Amino acid sequence: MLLEAQDLKKHFETRKGVVKAVDGVSFALEPGKTFALVGESGCGKSTLAKLMLLLERPTSGSVRFRGREVSSLRGRALRQFRREVQAVFQDPYSSLNPRLRVGKIIAEPMLAQGDLSRAEIRKRVEEALEVVGLPTTAARLYPHEFSGGQRQRIAVARALAVRPEVVILDEPTSALDVSIRAQILNLLSDVQDEFGLSYLIIAHDLALVEHFSDATGVMYLGNMVEQGPTEAVFGAPAHPYTQALLASAPRPDPDHVLPTDVIIGEIGSAMNVPSGCPFHPRCPQRTAQCETVQPERHVSAPGAWARCHLLHGPAPRPASLRPDQLERTST
Amino acid sequence: MTADATDLPQGTRPSLLMRLPGRDFPWISVTILVGVLLLAFIGPWVSPWQPQALDLRSAFNPPVWVEGGSWAHPLGTDNLGRDILSRIIAGTRISVIVAFWAIVLSGALGTLIGMIAGYFGGWADIVIMRLVDIQLSIPPLALALILAAVLDPGLQTVVIVIVVTYWSWYARIVRGEILSLREREYVALARIAGCGPVTIFTRHLAPNIVNTLLVLATLQVGQVIIFEASLSFLGLGIQTPQISWGVMLADARGYITNAWWAITMPGIAIMLTCLASNLFGDWLRDVLDPRRKQL
Repeated sequence: MLLEAQDLKKHFETRKGVVKAVDGVSFALEPGKTFALVGESGCGKSTLAKLMLLLERPTSGSVRFRGREVSSLRGRALRQFRREVQAVFQDPYSSLNPRLRVGKIIAEPMLAQGDLSRAEIRKRVEEALEVVGLPTTAARLYPHEFSGGQRQRIAVARALAVRPEVVILDEPTSALDVSIRAQILNLLSDVQDEFGLSYLIIAHDLALVEHFSDATGVMYLGNMVEQGPTEAVFGAPAHPYTQALLASAPRPDPDHVLPTDVIIGEIGSAMNVPSGCPFHPRCPQRTAQCETVQPERHVSAPGAWARCHLLHGPAPRPASLRPDQLERTST
Repeated sequence: MTADATDLPQGTRPSLLMRLPGRDFPWISVTILVGVLLLAFIGPWVSPWQPQALDLRSAFNPPVWVEGGSWAHPLGTDNLGRDILSRIIAGTRISVIVAFWAIVLSGALGTLIGMIAGYFGGWADIVIMRLVDIQLSIPPLALALILAAVLDPGLQTVVIVIVVTYWSWYARIVRGEILSLREREYVALARIAGCGPVTIFTRHLAPNIVNTLLVLATLQVGQVIIFEASLSFLGLGIQTPQISWGVMLADARGYITNAWWAITMPGIAIMLTCLASNLFGDWLRDVLDPRRKQL
C-alpha cells in the first residue's frame, strides 16, 4: 500500500460544539492506481484530502506512506514526504500566485527541496511544460496571461516536476469549461501511465469517477459508507446513499426524470451526527435498528463493502419500503 | 496538442508605470507632493532668506498682494521680521522627515505584527488584536502627552508617538488581508511544495499586500503632518529654534489679530499637503483595486 488512512478522524472544536468533519475513515491507495472519493458538499472529502496532504493534523488515527506513519512528521522528514505527495486543486485562478512567473511556480517544489542545481531545475521545468503540452516559452509569462485550461496544465506541470509518487486531485476539473475538462482528464491519464503515478481524486462528477478511477469510496457526514472497486460500487451500489447518489446524477436523456424519493431532506450537520447509521434520517429503507446501532462493514461484492444493516444476512423487511423504490434504486 | 494548449498570448500588458497616467491622474496633487519633497531637499538653496534671520524693522510685513506688502517678503514676515516663505520652505524638511520615519517605522512594525496575527492565528491573534483594541481606545493626544512627559520633546518623540499610535492601523488591515490571502490555494500548495513559513511570507503573502500598504501609507502622510503640527503647536513636538509648520502656527498664535498671514500661510501649506496626499491616496487605491484591473 502506497498511501493509507487508518481510522482517521478530524474533529474541529468550535464555540457551538465539535464538528466531526472526518470521523473514522480508512482506505488505501495502491501504486499506479486511482482512488476516488465521492459524496455531496460537506461530507468531509476535502478535509480528508487535507489530512492526506498533511495540511491538517488528524485528531486521531494515522496516515501511512509506504507503511510508515507520517502524520506527525516535522522538518526534514516532512519535506521528504512533500516530495512524494503533490496536489492539483480545483480553482486554477486561486492556485497560481499572480505575482510569480510560471517558471518559478513550477520550480517552487524543487526549490523547496533544495537538492537540485539551477540548471537542473530549469531543465525539469521545460520538461514538465512539454509533458503538459505547453511551449517552454510559457515559463517566462505570468498566470494571468493564460486561460483556465492552460492554468490547470501549469498546475499539473508543477505537481509533476518533483516526480512524486502520489498526486491528490481535489476536483481538478470542476472549475473548467466542459470542453476543456476532457483535455485535462486525458492529460492526467497520460501522465499517470507515463510516470506510474497514483491518484487520489475527489470529485462531484460521478461520470468522471466511473470512467477514471479503479476504486471508489463514498462518504457521508465524515464517514465512509461504501467502498470497493469502481465497477462494483457503480454497477451494484449496496448502500442506500450510494444508490441515491447515483440515481440523482443527471443523465444525457431528456426524458429521464430525476427520482425525488430515494433520499429525504437535506444533508445533516457534522456537528450533530445522527445516532446509529448517520444516514438513517434520510434513508427511505431505515429500520428501528438503524436509529441506534452503527452498522458494521458488510461485504457487498468481492473486495467491496458497505456500512448498512440491510446487508446483514436476511434483513428484516423494512416497513417503509415500497417495491417501486427498490426497483428504481437498483438501476 | 489542442488549440487550448498552444495558443499562447503574444504580447504582455504594458508595465504599471506606463498605465498609471491618463486615468484621472491627479496632476495637481502629484505636483504639490513632488514640490514639497523637492523643497525638503533643495530648500536651503532656493529659500530667499535665512529662515532664522531676524529683521525687527520689517516685522509684520504683510504679503505682497496686501497693501504695504513687497516682493522682498512675498508671504510677509512674522513678529520678528522673519520671512514666512523661507520658514515654510524650511518646515517642509521637518514634515518630510517626520512623515518618512513615522510611516516607515509604524508601517514595518504594524505589518509584521499583523502578519503574525493573521498567519498564525490562535493565541497570537487574540493577544495582538486585544492590544490593537486597547491602542485604538486611547486618544492619541493623551498618549502623546504622557510620552512627551517621559521623553524629551523633539523630532524623535514626535516619530515615536506617531509610531505608537499608527502601528495598530497597519496591524489591523494587514491581518485582515493575510486572513484572506492565507486561504488562497497557492498558499496551501506552497506548503505542499515544502516551503517554510518564511518563504510563504516573503514569496506569497508580502508581495500581495504591497498595494494595500502603499495606499495606507499615502493616506497616512496627511494625518502624520497634521499630527506633527498639533504636537508642535501644543509644545510637545518640535521645539522653537527648529522650524516646523506646527511651530510656526504656535509662534504666530499671539498675533492672529494684527498679522493673520503669519498663521494662515503655514496653515495653507499644511492643508494643501494633506489634501494632495489624500487625493493621491484615493486615486492610488482606485487604480490598484484588483476589481479595476481588467485593463
